[in-house]
Amino acid sequence: MFNLSRRSIIKGAGLAGLAGATSLEGFAKAWAETTSWKPEAGASLQLMRWKEFIDAEGKSFDAIVAAFTKATNVKVQVTREGLDDVQPKASVAAATGQGPDIVWGSYSLPQLFPTKCVDMTDLADYLGKKYGGWTPGPAAYVISKGKWLGLPIATNGNYINYRTSAVNKAGFKEIPKDFDGFLALCQAMKKNNTPAGFALGHATGDGNSFIYWMLWGYGAHLVDDKGKVVINSPETAKALEYAKKLYPTFIDGTPSWNDGSNNKAFLAGDLYLTGNGISIYVAAKTAGAAGDAKMKAMAEDINHAYWPVGPTGKVAELQSVYPMMAFNYTKYPNACKAFMAFMLEAKQFNQWLIDSQGYLTETLKAYDKNPVWTMDPKAAVFRDASNRCTVLDGMSANPQKAAESIADFVVLDMFARYCTGQDTLKGSIANAERQAKHLFG
Amino acid sequence: MTSLAQSPSAKSASVRAPGAAARLMAHRDWLGFWFMLPAALILISLLVYPLGLGVWLSFTNATIGDPGKFVGLDNYSWILGDATFLHSIVFTLAYTLIASSIKFALGLYLALLLNKRLPFKALVRSIILIPFVVPTVLSAIAFWWIFDAQFSIISWSLIKLGLISHNIDFLGDPMLARACVIFANIWRGVPFVAITLLAGLQTVSPSLYEAATIDGATPWQNFRFITYPLLTPIIAVVMTFSVLFTFTDFQLIWVMTRGGPVNSTHLMTTLSYQRAIIGGSLGEGAAISTSMIPFLLAAILFSWFGLQRRKWQQGGQA
Repeated sequence: MFNLSRRSIIKGAGLAGLAGATSLEGFAKAWAETTSWKPEAGASLQLMRWKEFIDAEGKSFDAIVAAFTKATNVKVQVTREGLDDVQPKASVAAATGQGPDIVWGSYSLPQLFPTKCVDMTDLADYLGKKYGGWTPGPAAYVISKGKWLGLPIATNGNYINYRTSAVNKAGFKEIPKDFDGFLALCQAMKKNNTPAGFALGHATGDGNSFIYWMLWGYGAHLVDDKGKVVINSPETAKALEYAKKLYPTFIDGTPSWNDGSNNKAFLAGDLYLTGNGISIYVAAKTAGAAGDAKMKAMAEDINHAYWPVGPTGKVAELQSVYPMMAFNYTKYPNACKAFMAFMLEAKQFNQWLIDSQGYLTETLKAYDKNPVWTMDPKAAVFRDASNRCTVLDGMSANPQKAAESIADFVVLDMFARYCTGQDTLKGSIANAERQAKHLFG
Repeated sequence: MTSLAQSPSAKSASVRAPGAAARLMAHRDWLGFWFMLPAALILISLLVYPLGLGVWLSFTNATIGDPGKFVGLDNYSWILGDATFLHSIVFTLAYTLIASSIKFALGLYLALLLNKRLPFKALVRSIILIPFVVPTVLSAIAFWWIFDAQFSIISWSLIKLGLISHNIDFLGDPMLARACVIFANIWRGVPFVAITLLAGLQTVSPSLYEAATIDGATPWQNFRFITYPLLTPIIAVVMTFSVLFTFTDFQLIWVMTRGGPVNSTHLMTTLSYQRAIIGGSLGEGAAISTSMIPFLLAAILFSWFGLQRRKWQQGGQA
């Protein structure tokens, strides 16, 4: 144990971690005495979270849990489930009224059962006031009729990942900021045999981020603010036509991709530009630090950029938010609040952001100053994931149906149908319109 | 019970016989019923109830987290206009038909081969069983890698041999993806057919072949007039099971393609899961899986009545 700590001190990266670990306890005890969120006597919690994609983040989270338990005597049992499994399991818990007290999932999870959540409005107000306010995009995912159903702990930014050398070779100094330039870049990269590629399969994160970027870029929407289906529009047609031009520049197989496919192809050196979180870069950097020369070179070559802005001239990006919520069947609602409050306090949260290495972005504005965004300039883009996060279509009118529309890939399938030639322009729009009307009708 | 039997009102009856309940407990005609009751309860709670619940859900607009309301046939009229659902019926039928026929042909061929005197017979027979023994999810993951868009071993080998210049887009091209999942299903299903038919072959008495050979029968005639008729009952049972397993396949498709690309490999089972559990529309998903029942029933009835017409089932000679 000592050796491990020593080595990490020498490496520098772990310095903060070690310092945090020792002082975390002290802080936690002091915090527990002064906080207004007092757990019930004899409370214990079960917490179900998504299984981490970045090891260091998971360890950091466990450290927070341990410190919380030491300070408050509240035992927290953490279970981890694959991201796609969290929602079905939470749904069973909601329906049967037993299971984990706290659930941490993705997108609009709490909106699926608005009547089963512990009201977090007071806690959200307290944290918002203390830490510079919540960014509106992620907050919209947990607010229902003015009530906070949970807290948007963090956003998982999804941006353009690219190999600088390949982009330069295609005649571009950086990723173009408009749609036409971006298409030209992808075409040039295809010619050089260093292709781009974006998931058109049922990839919840990567696929949806990619297609909503084009849909919103042209000002098209699935439904409007009042829940009226408006997908059948000239703007949608333009977005589809753009996708149809972009698709032939891709590496083969993107309609079969899941969320992990582009990571693998990119790290194998077959793919040179894609939309993803920072995880590809972190994987290359970690392997490089462990002595893999090829990965080290790749990490140096990787960079990130914002999604180009569409003809509307407005930033519109779909980012996945990770909301945490407590079920109202819990015997210890105050302990749930205490845990969330503790996690989001600066002492814990700053360290946790650093350990996430840019994979997760804060939703409380004060944390914009976290060193993770300046430590490695290549992570800087991801700092804006929460600010640039656009609210999903239909979220204000009917959050539950909005959540269903994305879970059932209504818009993604529309793009895939047209791009792959499975359906005509009109046919694919009509199909999506029919599904959307069924949901929101 | 005893107190009931000795109560004044029942006293006169108890002189001649025990109480009505006790009589019922011991009555010859009812005894069978009592013995069957535990099994019936298990069947009702584990089979009938879930099935009934599924059918009921298909008439509601239930979503995850909300029990929903009765909506009549709304779910059915909706899915009947849904291109993806209609496509999934066609593909499920094609998947079942193609995979089952090939599994039958290959299985029968393998069974005949294995029934001959082979060196290392026991070893070869065990090897044949491997695809069936490996957990479906494992073999599905293996196939997923074999057919991967970027890391396919097939594409890699052909490129190294200089036969092609680009990776084959196995799971990205709808037609190829359909072929790939059917191939994987066949690979997995052949051993079941082969081993079961082999068991059937071994019950055929060798004396029949000897007699036929003495009469000058050719190998084809041996097969056509001895093997085939005696094997028919086994074939009927095996193929019924094979068709049912194939029709309700889920894991292979879900792991390999999740119904993609562009929903072109959705079976009714995977589409039902996608809509109900992933998409959250329990009612719609239940309607899709309930729609499978007529097809399954047709398959069962077909083989059942096919079987009943056979003389052997009534104790006659084949």
